[in-house]
Parts: sequence; C-alpha cells; structure tokens
Amino acid sequence: MILTTNSPVLIPLLFLVFGLLIPLIAWKRNSLAWPTLMLVSTAAAAISIYNVFKVLSTGPVHYHLGNWVPPIGIEYVLDHLSVFVMVVINVVAFLVLIHAREIVGKEMPGKQAPYFATVSLMMAGFNGIVVTGDLFNLYVFLEISSLSLYGLIAIGERKSPVAAFRYLIMGTVAASFYLLGVGFLYMTTGSLNMADVKAILPSIIGQPTVLIALALMVLGMGIKMALFPLHGWLPDAYTYAPSTSSAIIAPTGTKVASYVMLRVMFFVFGVSYVAKTLPLAAMITWMAAIAIIYGSIMAIAQSEMKRMLAYSSVAQVGYIALGIGLANPFGLIGAVLHVLNHAVMKAGLFLVSGNLRFKLGHSNIFKLDNTVRKKMPWTMAAFTVGALSMVGLPPMAGFFSKWYLIRGAYSSPSWTGWVFIGVIFLSSLLNAVYFFRIIEKVYMKPLTASKNGANGHDHNDHHAAGHVVEAEVPRDEVSGSMLIPTLVLAVGLIVLGILNAFIVNGIIKYIIPAGM
Amino acid sequence: MTHKEDNPIITLVSRVVSPFIMIFALYVIFHGHYSPGGGFQGGTMLAAAVLLVRLGAGREISQLQFKKSWGMPLGSLGVLIYFGTGFVAMLLGGNFLNYEFLPLAGAANAVRGWGILFVEIGVGTAVMGILVAIYDDLLEGDPL
Amino acid sequence: MTTLEFILGHYAYWLTLVLMMIGLYGMMMKRNLVKKLIGMTIFQVSIIIFYVAGAVKWGATEPILDNVDIEKVHHGMTQAISTAKYINPLPHTLMLTAIVVGVATTGVAFALVIMIYKRYKTLDEAVLLERMKKDNDSDN
Repeated sequence: MILTTNSPVLIPLLFLVFGLLIPLIAWKRNSLAWPTLMLVSTAAAAISIYNVFKVLSTGPVHYHLGNWVPPIGIEYVLDHLSVFVMVVINVVAFLVLIHAREIVGKEMPGKQAPYFATVSLMMAGFNGIVVTGDLFNLYVFLEISSLSLYGLIAIGERKSPVAAFRYLIMGTVAASFYLLGVGFLYMTTGSLNMADVKAILPSIIGQPTVLIALALMVLGMGIKMALFPLHGWLPDAYTYAPSTSSAIIAPTGTKVASYVMLRVMFFVFGVSYVAKTLPLAAMITWMAAIAIIYGSIMAIAQSEMKRMLAYSSVAQVGYIALGIGLANPFGLIGAVLHVLNHAVMKAGLFLVSGNLRFKLGHSNIFKLDNTVRKKMPWTMAAFTVGALSMVGLPPMAGFFSKWYLIRGAYSSPSWTGWVFIGVIFLSSLLNAVYFFRIIEKVYMKPLTASKNGANGHDHNDHHAAGHVVEAEVPRDEVSGSMLIPTLVLAVGLIVLGILNAFIVNGIIKYIIPAGM
Repeated sequence: MTHKEDNPIITLVSRVVSPFIMIFALYVIFHGHYSPGGGFQGGTMLAAAVLLVRLGAGREISQLQFKKSWGMPLGSLGVLIYFGTGFVAMLLGGNFLNYEFLPLAGAANAVRGWGILFVEIGVGTAVMGILVAIYDDLLEGDPL
Repeated sequence: MTTLEFILGHYAYWLTLVLMMIGLYGMMMKRNLVKKLIGMTIFQVSIIIFYVAGAVKWGATEPILDNVDIEKVHHGMTQAISTAKYINPLPHTLMLTAIVVGVATTGVAFALVIMIYKRYKTLDEAVLLERMKKDNDSDN
C-alpha cells in the first residue's frame, strides 16, 4: 500500500539512501558492496515496470511532496514519456550492473564500495531528472548526477582525470546555462512548476525574455546531450573511463539530457512556438544532420573500439535530435523509439568491449585477430547482433527507429526532407563500414594461426607446412555473470525489433503532445 | 604552512575562538525555520570552527577536537536523519516529507515546525561532516 | 527612456553580464588549471547575483514579518499581509542550493586537479597536453 501510493518518489529515494548506506555496510568487507547495489537496482527496475502498468491503466499520476499543492510545492509527475525513459534507464542499468561485479574487481581492486556508492548516486540523479515536474528540482538532480559522473570517469586509466576535468568544466557551464534559463522563466512567469509555466506562457509569448530562456535551456541541454558542435567532451570521457562506467553512462546519460530537451521544448514551451514561430526546430535538425555525418566519419578513423563507439554515440544522438527537431508525430516516435534502441545497443556493445578488455587486456581493433572468434564465440556473436542493429538491418530494433525517422523526414515540407533521408541512408552505409571492418577481421579469415597464436602471420605457416593448418584455439570465454547480460541485451535487440509495433501502439503513441 | 616552531599566538587564538563559533553556528541552525539561517549556513560555520583549529594549531592538536575518521560517517548520518524524517512521514501515511504525520504531540502547524527543525539539524550535521572530510582528504598526503 | 537611464537602471544585470564574461574569459584563455576553476566559480557566482537581483522590490525590506503583521497572523488574518513590503524570499532559497552545488563542484574539481598533478607533475595546460601526447606515442 505504501509502496504503491508513493511509487513515483521511491526510486530516486532508494538510490540516494543506499548510496549513503553502501560505504557504511561495506566498511569492513568490501565484497558486500555489489550485492547491496544489486538489491536496490532490482527494486528500481521492478518499481519502474510497475509504474508503466500503473500509468497505462489509470493515466498520468501526480505526486505532491510534503502534500503542498503545486505551484507552491514540488510535484513528481508520472506520464507516458517519463515512465518510458525511466524503465529504459533502470532495466539497462540493472543488466550492466550484473556484468560489473567481476570487471570492477579486476580493474579497480579494493575500491568497490566507493565506486558502487557513486553509481547509486548517479542513478538517483538520473531517475530524479526523469520523474520530477519542477524546473529547479531538475537542476538539483542534474548536478547530483553530473558530479557522480565526473567521479566515475576519473577512476580509469592514466589520462582519465584530464578527460573528467574537461567534462567537469563543460558540464558545469551547461548546467549554469540551464539555471539561467530557469531564472529568466521564473522572473517572467512567477512559477517554477512545468505545468503552471505551460499554462501561463501563451499570454507572454512575444517577449524577448521567453526567447532567451528557451535558447539558454536548449543550449545547456545540447551540451549535456553532446549534440554537434557541443560534443567535445564525449570521446575522451567515454574512452578513458573504466569499462563499467562507459557501459552505464553511454546508454543513460545522453538519453536523459535529450528527455529534458524534449520536455522543455514540447511540453513547456509548446510545439507551435518552437517549430513555427521560431526556426529553432529547423536549426536543431541541421545540427543533427551534421552530427550524424561527422560522428560516422570520425568513427571510421579510430583504431580503438571504445573511441569508435564514442564517436558512434555522437552520431546516434544526432538521430534522436533529428527526430526531436522534425516536430511531427513520426519524427517524435522515431526519436523516442531510438532512445530505447540506442540504450540497448550501446550497452551491449560497451559490454562486449569490456569482455574483450577482461580477457585480452585491450580492445584495439587492429590487434584483434581471427582467433578471437574461437576464444570468445558468444561475445562476438553478441557483437555481430549489435552491429547489425546499429547499421539498421531488419528484424533488429535499429531498423525500425530509422524507418520512423525516414517517415517523419518524408512528411516535412520542401527539399529539406529529402536531404535528411539521404543523410540517414549515407550514415547507415558509413556505420556498415566501421562495424563490418571488425566483423571481417574476426570472422572472414580462415584460421591459420599457430597454437599460442596472437599474431596471425599466415604466410609463415604456409612456408613452413606448405598447407593451411586448422589450429586448436582453446575456448576462453568470459564467465556467466559477464556473459549473460551481454547475451540478454543482444537477444533483446531482436525481441524489441519484432515487438516494436506493440511498443509504439502501447506507449509511444500517447506521448505525442497536442498540436503536433 | 610549514611551521617548525608553532606560533603561540595563532594557536591560542584559534583554540579559544573555535567554541564560540560553534555556539553561534548552533544558534544559526536552530533558528533556521523562523529567521535567517538554517542547515547549510550553520553547517558551514561548524565546519569553519573545526577547520580554524586545523589550520591554526596544526593537525595533531586538531585531532583531539575532531578526529579525521569522523568526517564521512557524520556526513552519512546527517543525510540519513534527513531521509529518516521523510521516511517516517511516508510510513505513517502521508506523502514524503509531509511533517504533519510525525509522531509528535501538538497542533499540525507546530508539528510541521518540529519536522523542519529535524531536517535542518540533519542538513547541518551532513554539511559539517562533508566539508571537514573534503579538507582532510585533499590534504592527505601532504607532509606537514 | 534615455540611454543613461537604461544603463544605470539595470546596473544589476550589467554586473551579471560582466562577471559572466570574466568567468568565460578565465575558463577559455588562462592556461593554469586552477585559474580555469576560478573562472568557473566566477561564472556560477554571476548567475547567483542575477537571481538575487531579480528578487528585489521598490521600497521593500527583509522578509521577516514585523510586529503589525505578526498580530494579523495571530488573529488569523493572513490574507491581509501586504506582500509588497517584503522582498521575494524564494530566489534566495534557490540560490542557497546553487551555492552548495558550486561548493561540491569545486571540491570534486580540486580532487581531480590533485590527481592530475600527481600523475603529470604539471598544472599548465600546454605542458599537460604535450606530456599526454608523449604518453600516447609511447603506448603505440
């Protein structure tokens, strides 16, 4: 009874409280940190799934903190968009955290307790951003999650503090821009509640203050989302962070920022102001188109798998921004569906690179050879499924979000729609280039390596033996707790692809705001 | 900050002034819901009282007042007091942080006042613990 | 209104603008990492001043009820208190939170700066980038 009536506020609360309890519980025994975190993460995933069913059956839920009625008090809102994003981040984080136990033990021995406590605080911040209905409360949770992010990135390799420092400066500037935008809005409307501001805005819509507020908030969220040309912090931050940090930040961080941009642009300011009065939506689509091409081309030029995946993330964020900027129903469906698909795809791919680092010690593409397909067959199979989904082959999930985006670009006026359709096709080809390069290296060459082969110098064996030798490479797959989340995410891509009509008709259709 | 011989004036003054700063900080915390002041401000002043002795009298003497290992647990305890108040309100039927449902005697408005007071104490303790812990951790490897 | 009236009347917002630009200049142009952090702090302070400046009203005093109004509260006439006598306290409470966020960010930033110094023995950005590139070359 208490659980069900208070469910909107429970998830950020539980993560916050356990973020403080984990260092106390694991004071003497470090190995108690991971089970505690898994307890909270399981509870959060279960509550978020329960929230989905609650909203689908009874409609949006409003929860007033302290029983103070808004706009005097802070309220938490569960509507279709927020429960959708909440369930995506919680379930993906749950799967990544199952994988985290062994690799955190290997990469950061002895530091499990502070690491998992920071992860818990970060999840509290993200869930708080998604569920709150108050503009300033969003800033507070944004900063909670950002500070934890800086800490999670800085624990990695030798260059990671510099990457974290750069991210800190840019992220603080972004949050300050958002705060300044909220300040302008508060001074003209007198309220901080999102629904209240939405009701008051049509009467003052012509003022330059409102325009500046919108511009500042979109700019701040653009930096957090890593929309081109504001993406400078992303490649270094994702590359030098430890494997688990990349795997948990990449699917969730930019998605939450794009959720905020969606919420502010369409649900507070309204579609007609953003798309028709101002050319803001059109500008976002052009920046997104350049982001897609730029990210794909830069990813081809990389030699390290995590850096390649980071630039690929820049391109995928471009897809989501393109869907937001198109401002028509199909574009919005494409953007929200891509939030789900990209989270699952990127989590799977980063978990694969974590597995490679765990067993081989590196994830450099040019050092991968064809013995990997014998040593880690399941991992490479999961990678193949993820790669095919990123390129956009049906029936994997990636195809359907691109389909909706193309459909949305088709309904946009004049020649710009055709340019965007061309950009999506071109980027799919570029995605194919850098993913199939790895698949070719690993799968397409026949096995001619020697017994302890890590070099793959085929011609030596030819000269020595005179014929191709099929060597026996022992199976060296990662253990179950790391393998199962990878496989679940890969299989999930196929399942999400097949079920995508069900998802769109079930939830996403209700997200489309009035006036679109 | 390398003092081979301690300067007696600075040591004495910091040790004498620090308790008065703490009393004033407690005054600021307890009057937070009724006049200017509150948890953040009072907590910062409490931390300033401890840091004054750490800077003025040296680290060994300051351990007698506030040990290095107390910082983090005190911070966690403060935030848990804050959430404890909110949770008790939630468990007894209201929404989160609805102080009316706290199990205290009195009119509804008075109970809300007590609830705010508990929250302010929690926040003050947390801020003090964390600020001193930040100072201690940043200067951990520094040979005096 | 005339230009002079415009500039002098909005002096709080000009102050915010000047501080914000100083902060941005510090973050971009200074080479020392600690000076970049100081620029970031100045940037955050400018936004705090903006909020506080927006809370002021003409001829208003601090938001503590004076005796006349306390009598009205005791008699239950809370609607009769005129709010034009007191400045708006809400931005002040919001900025308390923002100040604490700034303090926490500065704490994390200094921890990162100490980590960078321990690994690379420099706090100058150009020298740091050079040493990082040498790391790169020795890795490959």
